[in-house]
Amino acid sequence: MSVDTSKVADTNAGTAATPKKPGKAGVVANWADERLGLGTLMKKNLRKVFPDHWSFMLGEIALWSFVVLLLSGVFLTLWYTPSMGEVEYQGSYNPLRGVEMSEAMASTLRLSFDVRGGLLMRQMHHWAAMLFIASMMIHLLRVYFTGAFRKPRELNWVIGSLLLLLGTLEGFTGYSLPDDLLSGTGIRAADGFMKSMPVVGTYMSFFLFGGEFPGEAIIPRLYTVHVLLIPGILLALIAAHMLLLVYHKHTQWPGPGRTEENVVGFPMLPVYAAKAGGFFFIVFGVSALMGGLLSINPVWKFGPYDPTKVTAGSQPDWYMGWPDGLLRIMPGWESHFWGVTLSWNVFIPIIVMPGLMFTILLMLPFIESWVTGDKRDHHLLQRPRNAPTRTAVMVALMTFYGLAWIAGGNDIIAIKLHLSINQITYFIRAAIFVGPVIAFLITRRWCISLQRHDEQKLLHGYETGIIMRSAEGGYSERHLPVNEAEAYTLTAREREEVWTPGDRTDANGVPAKRGRLDGLRGKLSTLMYADNVQPVTKEELEAAHHHADHEHELQASLEGQPADGHQFNGHHAVDGEDLRGDH
Amino acid sequence: MRLLNRTAGRISRHRRGRLAGVVMLMVGLVLTGGLYTVFAPAQADSSESDAALVAEGRELFLVSCSFCHGKNGEGVLTEGGTQYGPSLAGVGAASADFQLGTGRMPLTRPGQQVAVKPVVFDDDEIEALSAYVASLGPGPAVPDEKDYSLEGLSAAEREEAVTRGSQIFLTNCTACHNFSGNGGAMPRGGAAPNILGTTPEHIYEAMLTGPGNMDTFSNGNLSPEEKRDVIAYVSQLREQPEYGGFGLGGLGPVSEGMFAWLVGIGGLVGFAVWIAAHTTRSTKQPSKGADA
Amino acid sequence: MSIDHDQDVTRAERSDNVPAIPDPGLPEHTWRPTDVDERLAKRAERQVATLFGLSSVCVLLFLVSYFVLDVGDNHTTFAGFGASTVALGSTLGGALLFIGIGIIQWARKLMGDHEISEMRHPARSSDEDRAATLEALALGAEESGIGRRPLVRNSLLGAVGLLGLPAIVMLRDLGPLPGDKLYHTVWEKGMRVVRDVVGTPINKADLEIGDLVNAEPEIVFAVDEEGEHVLEGVELQVAKSKAAVILLRMDPSDITPAKGRENWSVDGIVCYSKICTHVGCPISLNERKTHHLLCPCHQSTFDLADSGKVVFGPAARSLPQLPLMVDEEGFLVAQSDFTEPVGPSFWERG
Repeated sequence: MSVDTSKVADTNAGTAATPKKPGKAGVVANWADERLGLGTLMKKNLRKVFPDHWSFMLGEIALWSFVVLLLSGVFLTLWYTPSMGEVEYQGSYNPLRGVEMSEAMASTLRLSFDVRGGLLMRQMHHWAAMLFIASMMIHLLRVYFTGAFRKPRELNWVIGSLLLLLGTLEGFTGYSLPDDLLSGTGIRAADGFMKSMPVVGTYMSFFLFGGEFPGEAIIPRLYTVHVLLIPGILLALIAAHMLLLVYHKHTQWPGPGRTEENVVGFPMLPVYAAKAGGFFFIVFGVSALMGGLLSINPVWKFGPYDPTKVTAGSQPDWYMGWPDGLLRIMPGWESHFWGVTLSWNVFIPIIVMPGLMFTILLMLPFIESWVTGDKRDHHLLQRPRNAPTRTAVMVALMTFYGLAWIAGGNDIIAIKLHLSINQITYFIRAAIFVGPVIAFLITRRWCISLQRHDEQKLLHGYETGIIMRSAEGGYSERHLPVNEAEAYTLTAREREEVWTPGDRTDANGVPAKRGRLDGLRGKLSTLMYADNVQPVTKEELEAAHHHADHEHELQASLEGQPADGHQFNGHHAVDGEDLRGDH
Repeated sequence: MRLLNRTAGRISRHRRGRLAGVVMLMVGLVLTGGLYTVFAPAQADSSESDAALVAEGRELFLVSCSFCHGKNGEGVLTEGGTQYGPSLAGVGAASADFQLGTGRMPLTRPGQQVAVKPVVFDDDEIEALSAYVASLGPGPAVPDEKDYSLEGLSAAEREEAVTRGSQIFLTNCTACHNFSGNGGAMPRGGAAPNILGTTPEHIYEAMLTGPGNMDTFSNGNLSPEEKRDVIAYVSQLREQPEYGGFGLGGLGPVSEGMFAWLVGIGGLVGFAVWIAAHTTRSTKQPSKGADA
Repeated sequence: MSIDHDQDVTRAERSDNVPAIPDPGLPEHTWRPTDVDERLAKRAERQVATLFGLSSVCVLLFLVSYFVLDVGDNHTTFAGFGASTVALGSTLGGALLFIGIGIIQWARKLMGDHEISEMRHPARSSDEDRAATLEALALGAEESGIGRRPLVRNSLLGAVGLLGLPAIVMLRDLGPLPGDKLYHTVWEKGMRVVRDVVGTPINKADLEIGDLVNAEPEIVFAVDEEGEHVLEGVELQVAKSKAAVILLRMDPSDITPAKGRENWSVDGIVCYSKICTHVGCPISLNERKTHHLLCPCHQSTFDLADSGKVVFGPAARSLPQLPLMVDEEGFLVAQSDFTEPVGPSFWERG
């Protein structure tokens, strides 16, 4: 397929950046290049093309909030003391003065009340952490819904999933560090989670806490994990994630001139660098505004951790809310056999389910490519409607997640909506099984309906909203053909074929043996593709156009009249004004 | 300065604003002596006026309360045998003062949670009704202002009281009423109410009498000084500034998570849409050289 | 288009996938008002510069706020907020946002906005490179003799595998073995039940029906002859985290007597572990009328009038009950330690 380069105003093969007389910058560049040889690399990448779409910037929110986390986190470490040694608080927050607490809590209070900007940085750090994980999730959803995870990007999907997992762990360890009542309650629950593990549970707990809960080791240990171990891995994985992004080049939406072979967008320098750099400041700024204006984790109200105290509304941060919700709706099942205890009521929701969900997440690209048998590279994105089953799978997973999330906040929902926690719990116990199924069915049908709508639009034109009365007195709505660019965009997708077992032959034409899972794979492939609307063929389009020509003849007298419908596609203006932009 | 305000604030339930506290303190100091002499003689015939008060209370009671609580406050049982309105013998004036003074009684509809409504009776009527309820059996009396006021303590003692109160509050109260006094959920649709807007007197009465499903904290359980300290801490919670900005309802991580998604992610996605959106286009061409 | 000639690909050739409409190619570039009208471009330039200027103003305000607004003992407050945090946050946020918005505006209005096209290359290497790599690998394997000398290979694999053991074994001293620690608390026969925070003993006559006391074993507050606390630091925290109890006085007729627990209560005063049997949160949300105790973490609900049985929620086991009696002075004391481990279930619990 040839790319029409005549309309490409600027290509990367521009004039080489060799000024006649090197200026100061040139001297520096020369110095660096002679030692590092960056020239070749930079030449390739400085004008690297990135396509422009708002949904491509969601991952950037995660990247920039991670930078905010690094900066604010370093600030916090300058005052925070990761120690569980007991001290009597003598800082300036009156209601806790004289109370025994850990040095960790005392230093957190000092940061909040005696260091100027300390509370701001604490709050920024916490908000940025929430934004970090939330943006990773919406980025993941975008990648999944548009099919950007397909070959060759499966490994980047895996890295991204690991980032989400590590980000969550990083968040949980950070949540625990102030050693206030809420975080201590969280650690205590985590101790209970560990103890539910068969065989190794109590050992895990004693090793982690350096003895019996609460011990005096957990805060320093979590601190090391929080500021060194996980951030280190996160940094490395983020670097790998970005390198792969650059290597694969970004995916793009199909459209005129945008094909599987090229990538159309703005060059890295200057536009994309400016937009990305500007967005960094915006993410930083939003974090600062939230940190300054919205109170988060007011540890002074919780007071220091005390294993005998608890507060209503004891919840983890939102990203741990869904397993916490599962814990809440799980019936109290526990087995006693051969002299041991197995706490299904804790083990399943908090140890098994997160692991299972994460495994499912990790496997999604591989499951799909196995079902479809599609092993080709894909650089063009799909609209969610054009992969109805895939979209429905994620919506079902989201429904599950959402219901578990609601269960995790059931007490707050109960008081705010005047409901009963018992009723909410009973409802979600049923809904968590039924809801995802319903969501799957509805989403899938919905997507297929939207596909049909697209097909109609392509074949019969779009609805103008103009009702015509024929000479005989009949009424009909005027349809006008969509413009060429949109028509091309609607057709620029691949034809899908259901994979059927038994039609494979090996290199010699001998039918291959049916694999054990072939039947299942065939069924899944049917579910995946059989009901989808396939892109319009040339013949269908010609037939439709033929029909439309006939219509147009009938309507010819309307053309050029004030309300012929063309004011909506910009062919002419109404009262000299474009009702629809011309781009 | 703030400490002074806080203390002064406890003089009156009807405290309005910070300056009002100072003014009230001044007014109080000037008038205390004088007023005492004026009202002291009234104490002499207290028994007589008490009887009149009880009688007045009984009248009100028969009209407004007896339908559920019985003509003599003995309680009414439904046909099923469950309590319609409980017996009021022994609940004490404190209980009546709390239930009426916070607008919980008279009840419009029985249920798991007694709703707080605008107060129906005026102060005198509440006093009369409380006196009548108190006459039904011995129970906790309406606390005196000095029971819950830090009046007469030195600054250091006050600070100590608030600190002790914070620990007692976090041990006994936060489990239901939440760390900032905003309330929390209870089984089967019940709820522990927000206590930040409750007057010290009513908080004291609630601890004494255990309204609704609340446990009681009798003087044998939590000493009067400890109750006073708890109230001092609640006042502190109410009056101290929100150091970190808007409190988001003081409900903990659930509301924080909601704000992270709606404000944070919502705002940033909005910015992303703006950044990637195409700018307006012109139908003109640049003149030669303008866009070299 | 690189179709991987995998056996698995049974789908039709890509030629089928040519869209019904030919690719019209990239649309003509259209110009922005700022491209064609220098006046507008100048205006955009001023806009951007103004935004950057506003950022600098915010930085100045930030510095002023930093030095003017107090934290600590004389915390400056403003409209009921901590002034320092709010002012620093807004000015810092403003400073950053104005720069960000300015740069974006610059990019949107003034920087060249020609979309350009770049060709993709398949992620895979060329066939020659693949072949060369495979050859190099084969050569390496051949020259090292790793295939021909399985003894060397296998013993190396074994040795490297065993290196994992020190890495795991060295973690052994992270903590002691559990032993029987989870089975006991500091409660013992005759130990007084005292009020939490203040540490005063409780006379049975102190409590009225409906009272709930958050209590601790006496040893938590005990001091020895030299005035030193008997339990301190970790020991104290561990003791508190298992031994915390709640004391409740109810109408004796409300109590459903359990076999063997007839004498565990004193005049309707019952004592239960405060540690939830689900995952270990302290619980004290009691409903006075129903004697139902709710855990704020996951809403397990226990019936304290009926041996602490679970009536709702994810907990599986009843709350352990502490047998109570009265000492010679009339104070509430424990008859013994708990008769079962408190807190969440664990594997060895049986």
